[in-house]
Amino acid sequence: MPRFLSAQPSTRLIPLPWNVPLAEWPVEYLVALPRGISRHVVRFIRVGEDVYAAKEVIETAALHEYRMLQDLHRDDTPAVEPLAVVTGRRDLEGDPLDPVLLTRHLSYSLPYRSLFNSGVRPDTVGRLLDALVVLLVRLHLIGFLWLDVSLSNVLFRRDAGEFAAYLVDAETGEMHDHLTDGQRAHDLQIATTNLFGEFCDLEAGRMLDASLSPEWLVESILARYHALWDELTGVEEYAGDELFRIEGRVRRLNALGFDVAELEVDTAADGSTLRIQPKVVDAGHHSRRLLRLTGLDTEENQARRLLNDLDTWRYRNTLQGTDEGIAAHRWLTEAFHPVIAAVPNDLAGKRDDAQLYHELLDYRWYESERQGREVPLTEAVHGYVRDVLSGLPDEVVSSDAMATVEGGRTLANPYDPSQGFEDDEGPMPVDPWETGEEVVANPYLDISSFKKSKD
Amino acid sequence: MATVSFKDVTKLYPGASKPTVDKLNLEIGDGEFMVLVGPSGCGKSTSLRMLAGLEDVQGGRISIGDKDVTDLPPKDRDIAMVFQNYALYPHMTVADNMGFALKMANVPKADRDKRVMEAAKLLGLEPFLDRKPKALSGGQRQRVAMGRAIVRSPQVFLMDEPLSNLDAKLRVSTRTQIAALQQRLGVTTVYVTHDQIEAMTMGDRVAVMSEGYLMQVDSPLRLYDKPQNLFVAGFIGSPAMNLLKGTRNADGVNVGGYTIPVPRDVLAKTADTEITVGVRPESLKIADSGIPVEISVVEDLGADAYLYGIPAGLPDDQKLIAAQIVARVASHQVPGKGKTIKVVPDPEKLHVFSTSNGDRLN
Ligand SMILES: Nc1ncnc2c1ncn2[C@@H]1O[C@H](COP(=O)(O)OP(=O)(O)OP(=O)(O)O)[C@@H](O)[C@H]1O
Ligand SMILES: Nc1ncnc2c1ncn2[C@@H]1O[C@H](COP(=O)(O)OP(=O)(O)OP(=O)(O)O)[C@@H](O)[C@H]1O
Ligand SMILES: [Mg+2]
Ligand SMILES: [Mg+2]
Repeated sequence: MPRFLSAQPSTRLIPLPWNVPLAEWPVEYLVALPRGISRHVVRFIRVGEDVYAAKEVIETAALHEYRMLQDLHRDDTPAVEPLAVVTGRRDLEGDPLDPVLLTRHLSYSLPYRSLFNSGVRPDTVGRLLDALVVLLVRLHLIGFLWLDVSLSNVLFRRDAGEFAAYLVDAETGEMHDHLTDGQRAHDLQIATTNLFGEFCDLEAGRMLDASLSPEWLVESILARYHALWDELTGVEEYAGDELFRIEGRVRRLNALGFDVAELEVDTAADGSTLRIQPKVVDAGHHSRRLLRLTGLDTEENQARRLLNDLDTWRYRNTLQGTDEGIAAHRWLTEAFHPVIAAVPNDLAGKRDDAQLYHELLDYRWYESERQGREVPLTEAVHGYVRDVLSGLPDEVVSSDAMATVEGGRTLANPYDPSQGFEDDEGPMPVDPWETGEEVVANPYLDISSFKKSKD
Repeated sequence: MATVSFKDVTKLYPGASKPTVDKLNLEIGDGEFMVLVGPSGCGKSTSLRMLAGLEDVQGGRISIGDKDVTDLPPKDRDIAMVFQNYALYPHMTVADNMGFALKMANVPKADRDKRVMEAAKLLGLEPFLDRKPKALSGGQRQRVAMGRAIVRSPQVFLMDEPLSNLDAKLRVSTRTQIAALQQRLGVTTVYVTHDQIEAMTMGDRVAVMSEGYLMQVDSPLRLYDKPQNLFVAGFIGSPAMNLLKGTRNADGVNVGGYTIPVPRDVLAKTADTEITVGVRPESLKIADSGIPVEISVVEDLGADAYLYGIPAGLPDDQKLIAAQIVARVASHQVPGKGKTIKVVPDPEKLHVFSTSNGDRLN
């Protein structure tokens, strides 16, 4: 009988075929969704209404990753949510099987393998890279040494006009109080190699826009990382009478979406210069504010957009004097919810609520410009649904999103892009190293044969 | 290629009450395969990471070759950490999977191809170079990953538990391959593991660490045959060495009523009355008189068997906490479970330690 380690145990997990190796699970349990490459067997499985990601991995790694993801979650770092580790599995012959780590499938997530395809706009690429860099910097700020930064280990989600990046794979990660420069440099070195390899892979598979080169992409990521790191942690010196510049720094950080918990200010003995360094910076400034005001849990830029709309709405309805929380509640019931409710059910899976609202605001702005009049919200919703939403591909989990084709070629296994493509390369050459001799994993040190071998 | 040297290297983490690594002194020869081994938390990863430049040091110096690298960033140390990433890219050929990092480092194509070809020869991967990796076996994937590190031809390879995520069989075959490869390449290698069998089978020399201190560094056979202290004696060997606590008398050390003969000059090295005698399982013989042992488990290995037992005649309340005794005997000699036998150590193969400070006396 398998054992389930979980913070929220669910009986729905019990009837799954735990006595079958994950790679052999019957297709009725599986969902084919786009995903990154992996060393382990990873499958998306359907559990009731939900989709989970299942990864078969040795016990220490499964438990370690489960704990790492829990820590990241507790810190509000964007990472997939760990659900359970299933241990003590045995196959029908009674032989042990590796445990399975279950995480919740991140809905509306877009794995990189489909994002850099030909025709991608250069500014979209810039936004994807920025999202990746923000994630890496946030992780480094909280002391998380990833040790396997790669595109396969990141998921992207739309975030208003930008993207937000999520960590998927924490197996090699380590939580430290504070990272040294050497540790960060090492993490970046691993990142560079992995990212370069992955971009080369996309290029080789004709899935990278011709205007992009792996070299440029990787350099650009490093440059963006250093710029953001310096902005967030760098020491600045000012003349003593430029106190206002401290406020400027804090605003710049807020605009980047980071909160400043503490600002270290050193004044020279004669008061002539100031050195300032933000101490602890916390990401998610706008999304936390929106959550507090409305209960809506969104990405950072979505939150920024919604907060702007809330402000405008308050102004239009002359609610500036009203308590912010009360005004936010009215905005929610009079503006936000009616828009979401106006979207037909069959189209609701195309965008999450906040993204939909954001895109609607864009649509309304363009329409108002075009028509030279202020298009009312209700009218804009219908126009948006008709002109935009109905033509978009589905991004929530659904079988329309079947990921059987990559770069125009058919995957050998629709559930796992790591296994390459259908196109046959002929029989495998003979491998001189794999003679078919079985190795025995002896738990003891066989000292007599060992001594012989050393003679 | 290069030597590696740690001189009085100390790591103190902020807030820790004592150093995680305390004045480590270790000289690693050019081309040597050095394994750092010890229980979890002993400081072996920290030592490796200081060498890699991931952790700053609070005291001492580290050099690679004749270059002091203590304050250099990781990328300027000419080291390669092996296996952090062995994801294979499905659209790229095996050759490109091995050589792509060289492309990033702007190595010219002709040179790249040559290095990839050499590595492929070493790894028996030539027939696969133009294929996509999809059909490769687990072992072949491991070799492509090794190839990735080899083509970079660094001065030193660093490996921290590279096999820990592999299943038991792949672990055994891969460790043999790594050791054989390293010998052919002759690149200085520092390898961290908590697994003493891995350490013994792979290393030219093995450095055993405990609680931040280096306990002994020696060839695997020397560690096995002449452990310098109780820690190494108990750590190296599987099943572990029997460490029999006793009291000295004129002729030796009394254990469970039987006197193990110990030469006078050895006893003379300490004034202690409490002495620990170490005996490997294969150095215990069944005899007519000796230390009485009550057999609790018999493990049959084919020609031989391990007998696990506790000293006979103990009161019930002490049975559970008594130190286990293990003997390796020929299968035809195996007595039944629950029987009491007598064992004597081979006098040539005794390890005698001071119980109070753990030092070896003979
Ligand atoms: N919770 C999730 N939500 C969405 N996608 C997921 C989730 N978990 C895994 N995936 C997808 O599955 C892929 C493989 O998962 P993961 O990276 O954990 O496997 P791995 O074998 O540890 O990979 P690696 O080779 O990098 O060690 C990821 O790239 C990602 O696209
Ligand atoms: N960043 C850190 N801050 C504080 N203490 C640390 C840090 N990293 C490691 N330690 C502590 O230092 C000690 C040695 O750790 P190290 O990882 O070197 O041990 P190890 O022998 O490699 O163990 P393991 O096999 O568990 O990895 C441990 O007690 C650990 O908790
Ligand atoms: Mg991964
Ligand atoms: Mg370690």
